[in-house]
Amino acid sequence: MTVLAPRTVDELERILADSPDHTILSGGTDLMVEVNLHGRRPTAIVSLRSVEELHAWTFDHERVTIGAAVPYATMEVGELAGLVPALAQAARTVGSPQIRAAGTLGGNLGTCSPAGDGLPVLSALEATVHIRGNGDRRDVPFADFMVGVKRNALRAGEFVHSVSIPRVDGWQGYAKVGTRNAMVIANASTCLVRDRSAGRVRVALGAVGPTILRCPEAESWLAANSDLRGNTPPSADVRAEFSRLVSQASRPIDDHRSTAEYRRHAVGVLARRLLERSYQ
Amino acid sequence: MNTTNTIAPPRPGTLGTDASRPDGVAKVQGGFAFSSDMWAENMLWGATLRSPHPYARIVSIDTTAAWKIAGVEAIITADDVPGLATYGLIMQDQPVFARVGDTVRYTGEPVAAVAADHPETCKRALAAIRVEYEVLPPVLDPETCIDGTAPVIHPDGNVLRHQRIVSGDPTVTGDVVVEGLYEVGMQDQAFLGLEAALALPDPGGTGVELYIATQWLHEDRKQIAACLGLPEDKVRLVLGGVGGAFGAREDISLQVHTCLLALRTSRPVRIAYGREESFYGHVHRHPAKIWMRHHADRSGRLVKVESRMVFDGGAYCSTSPAVLINAITHTQGPYKCDNAVVEGWALRTNNPPCGAMRGFGVVQACFAHESQMDKLAAACGVDPVRIRLLNAMQTGDRLITGQIVDSVAPVAECIRETAAIPLPPDMEADPNVLDLPGGSGRTADRHHIKRGVGWGVSIKNLMYSEGFDDYSTARCRIDDGVVTLKFATAEVGQGFVMLAQQIARTVLGVDEVLLDTIDTQVGSAGSSSASRQTWMSGGAVDAACRAARDELFKMVAADNGLDPSRLAIDGTDIVEVGGSFRRPVVQAARGKRVDETREYHHQPTEDLDENGQGNCHVAFAFVAHRAVVDVDIELGLVKVVQVATAQDVGRVLNPKSCVGQVEGGIAQGLGLAVMEEIVVQDGRVRNPSFTDYLLPTFLDAPQVDVVFVEEFEPKSPLGAKGVGEPPCISVTPAIANAIRQATGRDLPRVPVRPSDICL
Ligand SMILES: Cc1cc2nc3c(=O)[nH]c(=O)nc-3n(C[C@H](O)[C@H](O)[C@H](O)COP(=O)(O)OP(=O)(O)OC[C@H]3O[C@@H](n4cnc5c(N)ncnc54)[C@H](O)[C@@H]3O)c2cc1C
Repeated sequence: MTVLAPRTVDELERILADSPDHTILSGGTDLMVEVNLHGRRPTAIVSLRSVEELHAWTFDHERVTIGAAVPYATMEVGELAGLVPALAQAARTVGSPQIRAAGTLGGNLGTCSPAGDGLPVLSALEATVHIRGNGDRRDVPFADFMVGVKRNALRAGEFVHSVSIPRVDGWQGYAKVGTRNAMVIANASTCLVRDRSAGRVRVALGAVGPTILRCPEAESWLAANSDLRGNTPPSADVRAEFSRLVSQASRPIDDHRSTAEYRRHAVGVLARRLLERSYQ
Repeated sequence: MNTTNTIAPPRPGTLGTDASRPDGVAKVQGGFAFSSDMWAENMLWGATLRSPHPYARIVSIDTTAAWKIAGVEAIITADDVPGLATYGLIMQDQPVFARVGDTVRYTGEPVAAVAADHPETCKRALAAIRVEYEVLPPVLDPETCIDGTAPVIHPDGNVLRHQRIVSGDPTVTGDVVVEGLYEVGMQDQAFLGLEAALALPDPGGTGVELYIATQWLHEDRKQIAACLGLPEDKVRLVLGGVGGAFGAREDISLQVHTCLLALRTSRPVRIAYGREESFYGHVHRHPAKIWMRHHADRSGRLVKVESRMVFDGGAYCSTSPAVLINAITHTQGPYKCDNAVVEGWALRTNNPPCGAMRGFGVVQACFAHESQMDKLAAACGVDPVRIRLLNAMQTGDRLITGQIVDSVAPVAECIRETAAIPLPPDMEADPNVLDLPGGSGRTADRHHIKRGVGWGVSIKNLMYSEGFDDYSTARCRIDDGVVTLKFATAEVGQGFVMLAQQIARTVLGVDEVLLDTIDTQVGSAGSSSASRQTWMSGGAVDAACRAARDELFKMVAADNGLDPSRLAIDGTDIVEVGGSFRRPVVQAARGKRVDETREYHHQPTEDLDENGQGNCHVAFAFVAHRAVVDVDIELGLVKVVQVATAQDVGRVLNPKSCVGQVEGGIAQGLGLAVMEEIVVQDGRVRNPSFTDYLLPTFLDAPQVDVVFVEEFEPKSPLGAKGVGEPPCISVTPAIANAIRQATGRDLPRVPVRPSDICL
């Protein structure tokens, strides 16, 4: 097995253009599970460890741009956490400190599991995924990036360079249900963004469908039935109906982790609670 | 612990002190060699081919393609087992390998094993072995084994044991009657150090040496030798570094396979399971369905207890019969009750085999009886603490088996001491979200939470039962002033190596105590289970040290013209009680050789008769637990805030070690209460990984406040009772009762799932 450690994005791009079958290694927290537990045998590895550009994040008035190889530990606390609080909250729920020191958004996007904790945040914040490869650059909205269970829009030779997340005037939060108080795969998760200037909420659900699900019906119904710009929370009835509509938008399954019924119930509760939190 | 000023504090490192563990630093620093770290020159790797079906007839096994893979050195099947084809702790009903023409009886049953030059070669070889199965409909519901509708899946039948207990007047009824049907899910011991063994063949294949992480070297040796067709003295076992056991290392797993491959290839062979294979490689805690009906008078005093218990033993016997007997003989809990009608079944199905796990049957019974005690309290309109105190058993009470409890039985003290531990403060106005149910998932705010308090109290037998003489052996040598202990007691993490040193320091007045290798070159120590090693191996080490000390006294007395019966140890000196002689032990022992081996046997016990009557247990320990939980009612998530406990330990021999057992046991009992379950569907384990078999993390572990009730146990050689199992038994129902109190739900099943609470 060969291991390549490019130092620049150009170098990385060239390697992947020449040998699109090379496997990208970022934090390795998904890939090594694949290797150790599921018998995956990559023949050549390209490590992102030394590609400095992918480890950087920047922001301006419009957006926050996070390199694909920035670890969760960096998103959890500090300035970045203040800029994208929902992402910080999602990052804090990922695995253990060891996993958060290694795991990255690029890996979360590469794997594209419906239970990936970074993904509902990217969905609700309508992030853009910046893709490089084959001498080209593509910007793909998250909604078009994730196309199925563990399937994404990356083509051979392409990689995730970074994601940019629009800055929102309002409130954002993430919540995740598992059967343990830490280090657990989501049974159901919800990200809610209340955009004050637009007078809208955006809700994204994790682990309750083949992809991250948005809840357009619940979002527009709430916008029509409450004041999302001000500081007056919607009435209990409105919150309950919103919760019901969110549940209705989910498409969960029964498996050994939980039941469809519980998952449907949980996302509704989480969405309602996040909405309430947005007024606190 | 009360100490008076007139008694000098014990010498550091002796009994009663926080002596540190000889293996402690290495374990913390990562230098300790666990059995999975073992390696030998010229070693081969072994691996096991397992059945993908819960029940199927093996039509054929074709190894031709596997043999063609370069690096494959051996492929063995049932035909290659030279001795007994089966093994087992109680019944030898489990094949080393399932045989062509015969059936596999659970998913994961070994069919063949390979040895090769690399683990990857092993994997390829396993994939290349073609096994043709005729898949059969599996027996999954143990009730169908009772009513006889299930096909018989083993020549020994589908009933592993059926036993009744009828005690007192079975027809009597109480003014207040409560009943319930309870269920306990399948828990895994989930030790961190996975199964691993290294076998070194003797030249010419005349014998084998096996380095193995196990709980009982001599029992393993007996079963291995029988399967290998070798005399026992040709099979030498050495304890490999053990990373936890909890019952999962009582049965044979990879022992015979590793030895067979080593003997076949004349090379060292090592097998090491991964986590997934470990779930198939060892037995689990029995899932159980338990119906109970309690009769009481209006004040809440127990009149009669009735129960029917059904334990799913899975495909092979393991220790199911003994687990069942433990369960039914503990039906009454730590309460006085004269009348009982109990029926217990342990059954064979095509589910994963079940056997020993910390608590050994009592966990299941206790979940049911403690759930019932709360129901009874509610029905009688008394407080859960009062009803337990009202019925608390005392020394001298008669159990439903007719046995008199002659152990000290401070049940009421345990309850009172626990009640006296302060409750945790109310939740802060602005709590840290990590401390709420849901933890890092940030699911709840303060106002979503309801707090509940629940109780559980238990009785647990110590040592083996039903006529078993599970003695222990220890050897003490003094060689030119150097003290060395030898025993075969499996150090599985409980700290016996430390206790043995504490005993020797106390009895012999030396500070340095060497420990010889733990292996089969000395008599049996029995199993590191049943909360028995402090009592049994502690008793053997104590006896051997006393014998060595008395020999030394004789020698010193002869040298100095003294009466040996007037010599004693004072600190680190040998003294003549009249004061005429004082010399440091180390100095007095210089140039002297003493070598004493002793066995310790507990008092004999008896079988139960057909009505479940008999003195079947050796001794008992008691504990009370009070759990405080915060519950998110709407999402069904739970945070256990505090567990207060007072445990009957006889005597604290090492405070730190006792606290460790209590905290660990509580975490394990909490796991069973709210998250730990092997999910089995159609005879297949759905979650054989730590991704999905959830163990409590630090955020799930509660604050533990513990009091030790020290009432010297005269039956025990050191006055101490085993402390290993009781912590994990009544904490489970205490947590369940607390969740019930917070939610008003019935919750007849553990683990309590979020959907059980909120849907
Ligand atoms: C114990 C444990 C707990 C975990 N808990 C959680 C959890 O709570 N929540 C959660 O969401 N996840 C969890 N995970 C999964 C994992 O940590 C995350 O999905 C993480 O984001 C993966 O990032 P990584 O950098 O480690 O990816 P890697 O393992 O390096 O890569 C994952 C996949 O993405 C590809 N890839 C990586 N970077 C790129 C890129 N820049 N462009 C294109 N493809 C790329 C790789 O080739 C690979 O296929 C857990 C994993 C473990 C082992």
